[in-house]
Amino acid sequence: MTDTPRLSSHGAPGTTGFSQEPAIRVMNLTKEYPGGIRALEGISFDVPKGELTSVIGPSGCGKTTSLKIIAGLVEATSGEVVVNGTQVRGPGPERAFVFQEFALMPWATVLRNVAFGLELRGFGRKERESIAHEYIAKMNLTGFEDAYPHQLSGGMRQRVGLARAMAVDADILLMDEPFASVDEQIRRKFQEDLLRLLSEEKKSVLFVTHSIEEAVYVSDQIVILTRGPAQVSNVVRPGIDRTGDPQNIRRSSAYLDCVESIWVELRNYLEE
Amino acid sequence: MAVRTQSQHGRIRTSSWLLRGASILLVFGLWEWAGTIPVSIAFPRFTDTMSAFVEMLADGTFASAYAETIGPLLVGILLTAVGGLVAGLVMGLSPRAEWLGLPLIIVLQASPSAAIVPLITFLYGIGFAAKVFAVVLLSAPVIVLNSYRGITNTPKSLLEMSDAFLAKRWQRIWKIVLPAGSGLIFAGLRLGLAQGFTGAVLAELLITPTGVGDLITFYRAGADYPYMFAAIFSIILFASVSLTLLQRLEQRIFRPEMRPV
Ligand SMILES: Nc1ncnc2c1ncn2[C@@H]1O[C@H](COP(=O)(O)OP(=O)(O)OP(=O)(O)O)[C@@H](O)[C@H]1O
Ligand SMILES: [Mg+2]
Repeated sequence: MTDTPRLSSHGAPGTTGFSQEPAIRVMNLTKEYPGGIRALEGISFDVPKGELTSVIGPSGCGKTTSLKIIAGLVEATSGEVVVNGTQVRGPGPERAFVFQEFALMPWATVLRNVAFGLELRGFGRKERESIAHEYIAKMNLTGFEDAYPHQLSGGMRQRVGLARAMAVDADILLMDEPFASVDEQIRRKFQEDLLRLLSEEKKSVLFVTHSIEEAVYVSDQIVILTRGPAQVSNVVRPGIDRTGDPQNIRRSSAYLDCVESIWVELRNYLEE
Repeated sequence: MAVRTQSQHGRIRTSSWLLRGASILLVFGLWEWAGTIPVSIAFPRFTDTMSAFVEMLADGTFASAYAETIGPLLVGILLTAVGGLVAGLVMGLSPRAEWLGLPLIIVLQASPSAAIVPLITFLYGIGFAAKVFAVVLLSAPVIVLNSYRGITNTPKSLLEMSDAFLAKRWQRIWKIVLPAGSGLIFAGLRLGLAQGFTGAVLAELLITPTGVGDLITFYRAGADYPYMFAAIFSIILFASVSLTLLQRLEQRIFRPEMRPV
């Protein structure tokens, strides 16, 4: 893993010193699936470096599709994605993906699943397993290293998928509803964990969610999509002050107002 | 919690062993009873068959017969397995090969291969090659078709996952496609092995009087029915043992989570 120092001032030629380029720049993406289903209708937004950007929008509007195009797993019909200044032509080591439906190998233990990204990159067993153990501990999965996915609850499987993505130490995390399958209390704990982890590891995150509260609570920036085929309806920066007690943050007027205004905006796309 | 599920597993396992033992005893009991009536003069009692079995085991009759049958069987199955996997992979990964190959295999599977066995002589004479060909002829359709099915049934989400984590082509095949399809592939190998064994014995009965097939012919000619049935019994035993071994092999290589604790 050759990880470039984050604060290096001598970038590639052409990158200007201080007007920082975004981690991800999405330009005019459209997607039409075979069979004529239009999923995206020209969406554009930036994911600033070191920040958490959420994507929120009505069910089936094209959130997963846009995330997979950014990951290089699905080809766009038109438009382009630029990651750290280079155009995306496929998956890359600087991006890691957390799948909505987990995508764990049923024949592999938690340990092997978590270490799988490293296994594919040719890390030796000792090295990759010690890295995997670290993230298993961070995801509160200690004691389940040798369990198989079918022996785990949905929430635990989701955490295995998170640990797998964290373990490859990519700069950019693409997460597709990572907390969808856990209940509300655990979900809140995860949100705290995620924020702590991000402040420790300084990643850029693009995070798909269904929950307005979650988006407002964890995000620096929220991209609101219209009903499918998706267009960008609005980009909001909640600007919540996250120092202090989580309970108080959730009761603050800045938080509540932001939730309310997004709710009003999304409601337009539910009706009709 | 883990402890309880384990003891439950234990209970289910012992009761399934008991059930299996009881059903085997029942079959042997019925066999003994049918032999005592007797249903036909050609149908020996279970106990007579078993003593013939032990005798043939002890004097090396089985050893030499099986030595002759197993060779072509193994060669034939190995050829078909490798060929079948490659064909399955190629068809699973290339639509053009699929378009070309799939109808061929389905026709082959529907054709009465056993009836063709006597004709092999015209092509391959009566030696080793003829037996191998009989094994391939009978085992190929099910092995190739199952490999193809297993390989094309890889969940899309796992393929996407391996892409996202930068799997190279061989890693994707070895670490995702094969384990995901191993259930169907090995089911094909098991059925193929049974078919191939039939092919080998058929060849021995119909073309070249050697090996296990010849044991049956020989004892039938001499009306030594307990010996003849002992030979048939050995075939069944051999087949079920090798199928179990194959299943173990699959679990060992690809599907450890299915291994009984
Ligand atoms: N592989 C595919 N082939 C054809 N159509 C697809 C495919 N994947 C998604 N679609 C369609 O594209 C649209 C957007 O799907 P997508 O999964 O991106 O939505 P989403 O916003 O992630 O939905 P959800 O909130 O349910 O996760 C839907 O109408 C879906 O039916
Ligand atoms: Mg989705």
